Amino acid sequence: MKFVDEFRAPELIAKAGEEIRKLADPHRHYRIMEVCGGHTHAIYRFGLKDLLPHNVELIHGPGCPVCVLPMGRIDDGLSLAAQPDFIFAAFGDMMRVPGTHGSPLEYKARGRDVRIVYSPADALKLARNNPEKHVMFFAIGFETTAPSTALTLVRAKVEGLNNFSVFCNHVTIIPAIRAILDSPDMRLDGFVGPGHVSTVIGCRPYDWIAKDEGKPVVVSGFEPLDILQSIVMLLRQLRNGEAKVENQYKRVVPWEGNRAALRAMAEVFELRPYFEWRGLGFISQSALRIRESYGNWDAEQRFTVPGIRVTDPKAAQCGEVLKGVLKPAQCKLFGRECTPEQPVGALMVSSEGSCAAYYNYEHRKPITIANATTH
Amino acid sequence: MCLAIPGRIIAIDSQNTHLATVDVVGVRRKVDLGLLQDAPPVPGDWVLIHVGFAMSKISEADAADQMQTLTMLGEAAAAMEEVRGYGLESDIQDYPPQRWQQ
Repeated sequence: MKFVDEFRAPELIAKAGEEIRKLADPHRHYRIMEVCGGHTHAIYRFGLKDLLPHNVELIHGPGCPVCVLPMGRIDDGLSLAAQPDFIFAAFGDMMRVPGTHGSPLEYKARGRDVRIVYSPADALKLARNNPEKHVMFFAIGFETTAPSTALTLVRAKVEGLNNFSVFCNHVTIIPAIRAILDSPDMRLDGFVGPGHVSTVIGCRPYDWIAKDEGKPVVVSGFEPLDILQSIVMLLRQLRNGEAKVENQYKRVVPWEGNRAALRAMAEVFELRPYFEWRGLGFISQSALRIRESYGNWDAEQRFTVPGIRVTDPKAAQCGEVLKGVLKPAQCKLFGRECTPEQPVGALMVSSEGSCAAYYNYEHRKPITIANATTH
Repeated sequence: MCLAIPGRIIAIDSQNTHLATVDVVGVRRKVDLGLLQDAPPVPGDWVLIHVGFAMSKISEADAADQMQTLTMLGEAAAAMEEVRGYGLESDIQDYPPQRWQQ
């Protein structure tokens, strides 16, 4: 039972589970969305679902940056990598994501200069070290990573480093939540709010979900106890007929967010009028582009981008899974044509994608808190 | 990519004051402090690092908790790989790995 020894405060976890069972009205079915892919991963890894009564259902949200990126953007980015003396740099998470003609890793195998970086600052360093080449950083992520890309662009401009650019795919979480709430086939009772996005944006941007939509939001940490406590807080609000924004992850998330990070984003980025999300379609003002004042470092302003649009493979139901309408295992390809080793859809690539999380932890059913604590 | 990695500030770079050497369980790398410029951390402070940038100051106890969380999530190895990867082919020597103190 090694797994269980690693959990801190198992007695508190058991208590939180009890509290959830007490708070959940047996005549009601609760649908709670965890927005962030990190939470999805944790929920599957720890088998938290098994600690919840059957009428408390967790719906997996769109908070996995790799998963929501439409294939056309990957194709666009990779098409630029065909230029001579060109380095395509991206985070490791991107490397196995399939484009129409292969993943970045497959492009590398075909002789393109594709590099993994762990920080946008290192993509800038690549440009510094390779003055005869152009380095393009393929940027993805929500507000957690966008400030780092922004600051990297500020540094590039200050240095006057001309052989560097960013292909910007940064997206913002609030419009995605709005799109999900507006979607007619979706009924939700509350949200487990993202932890690390909220270190940047703070808790205020969720106010409208509580005030206008009447749904509680609890910003949560990533440990089993954090997530269970957040569910307790949500159920307590629902029992009392309340809808407010609460912060369970106070030890890391300040209510006001990180102002310096927000300033860096505002300096470099502006909202795109619309952006395509895999599964959710076009959402207005849901993504960031680089301002004209940084146009020299924007791959889309600097190069001709084909603007490829690709519909996802018909059989794959990534969109329905992303919206929470289907569970991963309900997709026709799940576990057969589409596995973490041979992914068809992006949700199977990233460890934060609900399909990969479900495949690794649910499909293979490891020891979970629920069945372990009984020993 | 969305990993939040705890590290302790060892020294601020004398030439580029937005850069600091941080120690993550014995691995030392340069990270950017620019996103904390409203309340710049000093040597000895603990920070959470995302993609090579310090994003928030945290307490030592929370840093230990965060490392524990990464271990529980099965992400500790990925986090260390990320930290080792900062700075490309770094010339900074790794220190012998230490056990995380609870």
